[in-house]
Amino acid sequence: MTQLALVIDLNVCVGCHACVTSCKQWNTSGWAGPLADHNPYGAGPTGTFFNRVQTFEVGRFPATETLHFPKSCLHCEEPPCVPVCPTGASYKRPDNGVVLVDYDKCIGCKYCSWSCPYGAREYDELERVMKKCTLCIDRILDLTLPERERKPACVLACPTSARLFGDVHDPDSEVSIAIRERGGYALMPEWGTQPANHYLPRRKARLHIDPDELKRVDNPLRREDLTRYTGEEAVDDVAW
Amino acid sequence: MHPALSVLFLTTLIGAGQGLFLALYTGQLYALAQLLPAQGSGFYVGGSVLALGLLVLGLVASFFHLGRPERAWRTATKWRTSWLSREVIVLPAVMGLVALYGLAHALELTARPWFTLAGILPVDATLVVGLLGTLATFALYGATAMIYASVRFLPEWHSPLTVANFLLLGLASGFLLAAAYSAWLGNELVTFFGFWAVVATGLGLVTRGASLRRLGRIKPKSSPQTAIGIRHRTLVQIAQGATAGSFNTREFFHGASPATLQWVRRLFLMLVFPLPVLLLVVGHALASRWLPLVAFGVQYLGLLLERWSFFAEARHPQNLYYQGVA
Ligand code: SF4
Ligand code: SF4
Repeated sequence: MTQLALVIDLNVCVGCHACVTSCKQWNTSGWAGPLADHNPYGAGPTGTFFNRVQTFEVGRFPATETLHFPKSCLHCEEPPCVPVCPTGASYKRPDNGVVLVDYDKCIGCKYCSWSCPYGAREYDELERVMKKCTLCIDRILDLTLPERERKPACVLACPTSARLFGDVHDPDSEVSIAIRERGGYALMPEWGTQPANHYLPRRKARLHIDPDELKRVDNPLRREDLTRYTGEEAVDDVAW
Repeated sequence: MHPALSVLFLTTLIGAGQGLFLALYTGQLYALAQLLPAQGSGFYVGGSVLALGLLVLGLVASFFHLGRPERAWRTATKWRTSWLSREVIVLPAVMGLVALYGLAHALELTARPWFTLAGILPVDATLVVGLLGTLATFALYGATAMIYASVRFLPEWHSPLTVANFLLLGLASGFLLAAAYSAWLGNELVTFFGFWAVVATGLGLVTRGASLRRLGRIKPKSSPQTAIGIRHRTLVQIAQGATAGSFNTREFFHGASPATLQWVRRLFLMLVFPLPVLLLVVGHALASRWLPLVAFGVQYLGLLLERWSFFAEARHPQNLYYQGVA
């Protein structure tokens, strides 16, 4: 079974929002209709987005660290938002594990949003249906696109390659290897939702230099032994 | 959670409507057992119309909650997994049975029993329809409450107490309305309905009180640390990814101050429990026609506040990603 997902590297995300804008651009211009905005150029702009980048500050000044945190639907393997939907508009694709909303069936009751602990679903006030990240389903499965473009818009837009995309069930995929070897973790594991998306932790690149490395015993470049010998037996004199 | 007016009205109106229907049918059964004076069909017809009216108003209110009410029929499809779907199926069933019950009384079908049970109990259409209606009504109380009680992400709701509260408070207001209805007609059943209204109100106080006490002890399962996966005690949100809020800040926050929450809680505890009982007792002593009606009005207002508080006091884990608002 395939489970498509994103792996987001918090270590390299710089919080530029390129994924947010490219997601909005792709998904507001597709077959599924616009992602409505309200008051986009006014004082209080608000609207529907599939993907948001949030910023957190970790620690207390001066020992602080800024963390940029992209957040979208995690395409849970046990999605609690799906069974509660009364119409069947919310579903998980059996072939690739992407969780989707059928905008033609949704009645906009918002009940599914109550059953997502991550706040990943957003109600579209204009279309009056529930919306959420589709992993650019209309792009990743579009065989008319060249293969390297069959990726979610956010993944292609990310200038630091903080977003990896692939099948997390395939142990040899780029995403699986990243999760396995770089400490990938899931959000809010306490709910048992088994998010397919994973996050790679921040890591500090600390260079540890051992004193030994500064003054290597067998350093060939060290100055030659300048001891003035006064007749005592030196190692070299020993007759072997 | 943000308390949506449509849902406050939906749950309180259908709760009272179902309770009223149960009161009528209970009255009929008692009359059949000759524990109460028998009523003419007009009494049941009027009561059924009233109950049906409340159910219809509730249904209308619920449509205001939907983005696409014209597709509401689709909700009946996922009854295997969704309590919301189950409610949407049972609600029209209850409405239909209440209407049939009123109709059977209007046609005076009580006079034409189908058969006689054990030689003493004449079974007619109203009795059978009423029994089915009773079952459907209890199922509806359950389904409505389970919509909330089954959301495991909201520990404030995820408890059998939620079901008990919806049931008992619905019964209380329904029986109170039956008492008000009888008092208005000058019917002697007011004492019977009033008594059961007081009992349901008292039991409701016990379960609602227990749920309020439970609220204070709830430990949230998620924390900012599990939400973003960083192990540090100090995690402050700087930006939530939206300039002027989003669906997440509108749907999951009530925007009221803790002080408001406190006084709403105190107010509903007064309006739902002691005040209507007091009014009912005074009304009984004075044999007043309208005091029971006032009692129902006061309790209904209190129930709206109770539902508001029920929503406002529930804190969703997604709020951890929107700390700027909390
Ligand atoms: S992140 Fe939320 S919306 Fe997405 S699959 Fe999981 S529970 Fe459903
Ligand atoms: S808002 Fe739409 S997708 Fe969500 S539960 Fe209701 S019908 Fe289903």
